[in-house]
Amino acid sequence: MISTLAAFVTKEVRHILRDRQTLTILLLMPLVQVVLFGYALRSDVRNVRLAIVDPSPDYATLALRDRFQAAGRFTVVVTDKSMSRIEPLFRKGKIDLAVSLDRDFAARVESGEPARILIAIDASDPNTGSTMQAYARAVIVEYEQDLGSRGSPPVRIDPQVRMRFNPTLESVNLFIPGLIALVLTLVSALMTAISLSREKERGTLEILLVSPLRPWQIIVGKVLPYLGLAFANVLTALLAAWLIFHVPFRGSVTLLLVESIIYSMVSLAIGVLVATRTATQRVAMLVALLATMLPSTLLSGMVFPLASMPRVLQLLSNVVPAKWFIIIARGIMLKGVGLTHLWMETLVLVGMTLAFMLIAVRSFKARVA
Amino acid sequence: MTAVATQSAELAIVAHDLTRRFGNFTAVDHITFDVKAGEVFGFLGANGAGKTTAIRMLTGLLAPTEGSARVAGLDLKTQTEQIRHRIGYMSQRFSLYEDLTVLENIALYGGIYGLADSEIAERSASMLSALGLTDEMVSRLPLGWKQKLAFSVALLHEPAIVFLDEPTGGVDPITRRQFWEMIYAAAARGTTVFVTTHYMDEAEYCDRISIMVDGRIATMGTPLDLKREFDVPSIDELFVRLARPA
Repeated sequence: MISTLAAFVTKEVRHILRDRQTLTILLLMPLVQVVLFGYALRSDVRNVRLAIVDPSPDYATLALRDRFQAAGRFTVVVTDKSMSRIEPLFRKGKIDLAVSLDRDFAARVESGEPARILIAIDASDPNTGSTMQAYARAVIVEYEQDLGSRGSPPVRIDPQVRMRFNPTLESVNLFIPGLIALVLTLVSALMTAISLSREKERGTLEILLVSPLRPWQIIVGKVLPYLGLAFANVLTALLAAWLIFHVPFRGSVTLLLVESIIYSMVSLAIGVLVATRTATQRVAMLVALLATMLPSTLLSGMVFPLASMPRVLQLLSNVVPAKWFIIIARGIMLKGVGLTHLWMETLVLVGMTLAFMLIAVRSFKARVA
Repeated sequence: MTAVATQSAELAIVAHDLTRRFGNFTAVDHITFDVKAGEVFGFLGANGAGKTTAIRMLTGLLAPTEGSARVAGLDLKTQTEQIRHRIGYMSQRFSLYEDLTVLENIALYGGIYGLADSEIAERSASMLSALGLTDEMVSRLPLGWKQKLAFSVALLHEPAIVFLDEPTGGVDPITRRQFWEMIYAAAARGTTVFVTTHYMDEAEYCDRISIMVDGRIATMGTPLDLKREFDVPSIDELFVRLARPA
C-alpha cells in the first residue's frame, strides 16, 4: 500500500519537475507578487499638493515652510493663516496634505518646549496616505535635527496626524499575510484542479481507477507534492516580505508554517473537488479561479476591510478559508500572538480542511470512480 | 504447464443479465455471456451499442444496475479489490504519461501493482528489448509504438485477464498486425484477452466473438460458426446485417 502510494507520488513529482515553465512560474510567483504588490502599495508619491497653515509667520516657521518647498515631493498649493479656509479645499480634493503650525510654534521652538504641528492627510487611498505621512514626517524630523544641532536647547516638535476619510490605515504589513493566502490558494487549488482534470481528460485516470490504487491514494498522491510546493512558496513570500519590505515578524515562524500547511490543505481539497465536478482542464481552471481567487482577494479582508462591508458579505466571508488564515497570519506576524489567541480560527481552518477533504473524496468516488 | 491446462477449462468471465441504465436510457440490456480462460474474445458492436459501458462494468469502473458477473473467478460486486489486481486494462485513449519516459511509466504501474523493484527492473528490460525500444520520452514515440507499449504495460503485472478497448484505433495496418501478434502471444501465455474493435478483419482473428446491438448481445460464437450460421462471406457482412436490420 505504501509502495503503491510512493510510486504514484513519484510520478506526480516527476510531472511537476518536468514542466519547467510552470514550475518556474509557480516558484517565482510569490516573489513577484510580494514585490509587485509591495511596491504598488508603497508607491512613490510625487507632487503632493500641500497646504500650509501658518497663523503667525516667523523665521522658524518660514524655515520649516522652505524645507517643505525644497523637499521636491511637495507642491505648496496654498498658504493661509487659518485652518478653516483649508478645510473646503480638502473636501473638494484640491489638496492632499495640510501642515498646520501652532500659533506659538516659533516661541516654543525657541524655548525648547514641544512645538505642535498638525498633519492632516487625505487618506482615501490608504497607501498613498501613509506614504505622504512618511514624507511629511521626514521633512519635520530633518528640520528638528538641523535646528537641534545649531541651537543650545533641543528642539522638539510634536506632530499630530489626522487621517481624513480613512482613519484605519492599511499598509503593506497588513497586506503580506493576504498575499501568502493568495499564493497558497493559487498553487494549491488551481494546480491540483488542473492536474487532476488533466488525468480525467486524457483518460489516464481510468487506468488508475482500474488499478489497485484507491481513490484516497490518488487524491493524497495529487495533493502531497503540491503541499511541498506551497510550503516553498510560503517561505519565499515570507523571506521576500522580510528582506525587501522589512515586514515585522513578531510571532512563531513554526506556528505560521503549520497554519500555512493547514490552509493549503483546504485549498487543495477545493482543487480536488473542482476537478471531480468539471469535465475539462479549461473549465476546471476557470472554476478554480472563480471559486478561490475571487473570494480570497475580495471577501477575505485582504484588500477591503470586512468591517466596512454589508452585513450579507460579512456573513458570507465566514465560509472563505482565506479570511481565517489572514486573521491568523496577521496575528502571528504583526501582533506576535500565539495559539492561545488563534485557536478558534485554527479550529475553523482544520474543520474546513476535514469537511472539504471529505466532500472531495466523496465527490471523487461518486463522479469518477 | 498443468496450471494453464486446468485454468483453460475455467471461465475467466461470467456475466449474467448484466444491465446498466443511465436514467431512462438502457446502455447495456441484460447481457449474458462467458469467456473461457486463455481465450481471445472479440466484443463487437457499433458506436453506442454499449461495448464501452459493458467493459467499464467488467473492469469495476461502473457499477451494474442489475445482474451479476464473475471476473477471474471473483464476484464483481463484493470482490472488486481483488479483481483489480488480476486484470489489466487498456482504454480507447492512449493512457501512458507523455511527459514521463518509457521506464518511468513502467516503474509507475509496477509500483501501483505492488511489484518489487527488482521485478520492475527485470520486466522493464525484457519489455524494452521485446519492443525494440530505448528509454525515451513517451511523447516522442510514434502512435503505433505507444499502443504497443501501453499494451505491454497493461500486461506488466501478469493479469489473468486483459481488457482492450479499441486498442488499434488510428494505427497503421502493419502495426495492427504486430499488435495482434502480441495479443496472440499473451493468450499463449494463458492471459485471457477481452478486446473490442471496429475492424472486422480483426474480429476474424478472435477465438470467439459477440456482436452487440442496442445494448443487447445479438449473436455470439466462433467467427467460422457465425459465418456458416448466417451464410455470410465475412464477419463484416454479418455485422452490417445485424447492426442495421432491414
